[in-house]
Amino acid sequence: MDVVNQLQRQFIDYSASLHREGFLDDQFTQLQKLQDDNSPDFVVEVASLFFEDCEKLINNMARALEQQQGVDFKQVDASVHQLKGSSSSIGAMRVKDVCIAFRSFCEAQNREGCLRCLQQVTHEYSLLKNKLQTLFRLQQQILAAGGSIPVVE
Amino acid sequence: MTVEQIVSEGKDQFPIGMRVLAVDDDPTCLLLLGTLLRRCQYHVTTTSQAKTALKMLRENKNKFDLVISDVHMPDMDGFKLLEHVGLEMDLPVIMLSANGDTKLVMKGITHGACDYLLKPVRIEELQNIWQHVVRRKKKDRCNSGSKDKPHPDSGEDAGIGNVDNNGKLNKKRKDQNEDEDDERDENGHDNEDPSAQKKPRVVWSVELHRKFVAAVNQLGIDKAVPKKILELMNVEKLTRENVASHLQKFRLYLKRISCVANQQANMAAALGTADSAYLRMGSLNGLGNFHTLAGSDQLHNAAFRSFPPSGVLGRLNTPAGLGIRGLPSPGTIQLGHVQNSGNPTNDLSKLQSFVPGNHNTNILQGMPMSLELDRLQHNKSVGHIGELPTTDSTTVFPGSGSLVDARITGFSNNPLLGVTSNSLMLEGSSQQATSHTSVSAIGFQNGNALSDFTLIAPASNQLQDSKADSQGQASLINCNAGQIIRSAPQEWNAPRKDAPYQSHALINSSIPINSAMIQLGQCLDRNNSIFHRTTDLDSVGPLNFVDPLSIKQSEGDNYIMEPSVIEKEGYLMFQPRPHGSHVPDNTGSLKDLASAMMKQEDDLGCNGYSLRTSI
Repeated sequence: MDVVNQLQRQFIDYSASLHREGFLDDQFTQLQKLQDDNSPDFVVEVASLFFEDCEKLINNMARALEQQQGVDFKQVDASVHQLKGSSSSIGAMRVKDVCIAFRSFCEAQNREGCLRCLQQVTHEYSLLKNKLQTLFRLQQQILAAGGSIPVVE
Repeated sequence: MTVEQIVSEGKDQFPIGMRVLAVDDDPTCLLLLGTLLRRCQYHVTTTSQAKTALKMLRENKNKFDLVISDVHMPDMDGFKLLEHVGLEMDLPVIMLSANGDTKLVMKGITHGACDYLLKPVRIEELQNIWQHVVRRKKKDRCNSGSKDKPHPDSGEDAGIGNVDNNGKLNKKRKDQNEDEDDERDENGHDNEDPSAQKKPRVVWSVELHRKFVAAVNQLGIDKAVPKKILELMNVEKLTRENVASHLQKFRLYLKRISCVANQQANMAAALGTADSAYLRMGSLNGLGNFHTLAGSDQLHNAAFRSFPPSGVLGRLNTPAGLGIRGLPSPGTIQLGHVQNSGNPTNDLSKLQSFVPGNHNTNILQGMPMSLELDRLQHNKSVGHIGELPTTDSTTVFPGSGSLVDARITGFSNNPLLGVTSNSLMLEGSSQQATSHTSVSAIGFQNGNALSDFTLIAPASNQLQDSKADSQGQASLINCNAGQIIRSAPQEWNAPRKDAPYQSHALINSSIPINSAMIQLGQCLDRNNSIFHRTTDLDSVGPLNFVDPLSIKQSEGDNYIMEPSVIEKEGYLMFQPRPHGSHVPDNTGSLKDLASAMMKQEDDLGCNGYSLRTSI
């Protein structure tokens, strides 16, 4: 089945590029391995949860940083910490890296730095979201064409 | 007895089917964790709320074999949950965090975690967690087996001795663990029916714990051996092993506190006050916990909500424990001190009126002392629960003026306070009705901090004995002069996102105080500021009533601290004042208060301990 093969190759290449560019790391591969017949949509599920969570946390951080009367850095830090945890759990490497920098700005109570990091996080998150959606679409196409998702090592 | 027999309730494929409870507020992580655990063929229950988790565990202690919990959770600190589980259910707990700081890991260990995993967690790590269950069961078995053997109780740490007698497994554990970090060694809990495969666990209820503490105090912490404690407690069906393991935990707790106390001691030393009252106070405080907790109606509840009692302390500080139940009338302040480590530290020794070695062990019992302070005005004063930071800093809680509405101030995370391990128990006194606030004792357990319970209640004018309970009695100090307020600008770390509490820091209010006191300084933050504050106290001079109005500008803060020490069972109160503010009436009231208190002191019976121990 040419179509399937083509799609599968596309999938593999795309996956590899995501890894290469640092969007995803090994943890994501682990997630993919966890997916099986019992939980066929596991990766998509986790990713969706992550996106939701991410948006919520980003909003929290934005709100906290906007406070004119005094930024509650602890709250920001708590949100960043959580984002760091969930991004590392899903394998969103770039997001996680920004979080690490973000945390040091929080500790230093540097509002400007935090705002910049927030922007970066938002940016990375959107990028990742798009890329994962593309990946998932490819997966669906493969399945629809009767093929199976290749395991990318 | 094989492991399978012990563990299975019909399952003999251990570790397959091991029942795990997973707690994490992050949905992504929780889903991942749950899936990974299921992949390991465990039987998994997940929840994102620590409180729910506790509830589930309490409902049926035998429903789970292992708990895995995230460290940072909004509704309850992971370490607190850890302590609860350890004390109440004796289940192995594994901590999970994205943050792998050595300090945090250490904290996890000292709180009794069997393991500390870093996120993202991998399946390989989870595949081996069943070993913790096995280890614990084996230990339980061994310990129960040793029930009949005579133990070398005399003067040694019987809790550990108990373990020591049990062969290699325990020994190995000892080697692996830190000294005294033998929470896992507690096995006495399951000894009620030695023949049962799965031993029922002993629940250390508040009542029971109180008896325990009373017995320990009576014997003196150094001489408290399980056998004698057991005799004193006189509880049916409680075995020596139960007591031994509980004692072990207790000592661990004391040790933790002493670290803080040590800090406090150092600080106090630095403060250079030779004033015995202060020292006394210092020692109390030194232990690091000044808590004034005044609960106003809402706050009271809120406080309770936000500060779940943690582990030992929590239990000590339960209302029962604190003996604050039903504060007799508004304006009673009960001060419970919890404290002590079995090992007085060098610096600490001088301050240690409370050091267990000095027979001040009662602290842990949360001997409530009630102070009744006159409410000079119907202000809303807030009592704060302050928690002194554990290892690194001491927090001083400036007292706020009227106790009327004592409130528990929220504390933001204070790492020094042992963020996770604090448990603040607020015991709401029942008197919320009046504008006075009855304060309930608050047990604080700060990871490394001492818990102190101080209750500030709006002063009423009587001395009452707080409900005497086995632990001691609360004495009310009638302070007509003023209010003793302690505000603790402290970060309460319990729930990390204790933001709401932070804002409460009632400390912020400048409460007009007529007779005394105190404006609450609001310190919601860092240890250093707190620390500064503390040092300022120092500079203020001896903290005692005699010199109530030394006002000094605290460094780095906008507070002027005016310590007034009410030395009643080491109740330290001082009030931070907003910068530049002045409390005109303080002098008189403070002095009156001081003298009133002094007078009262003699009248107050302090059960079992004298705060005035020589320093």
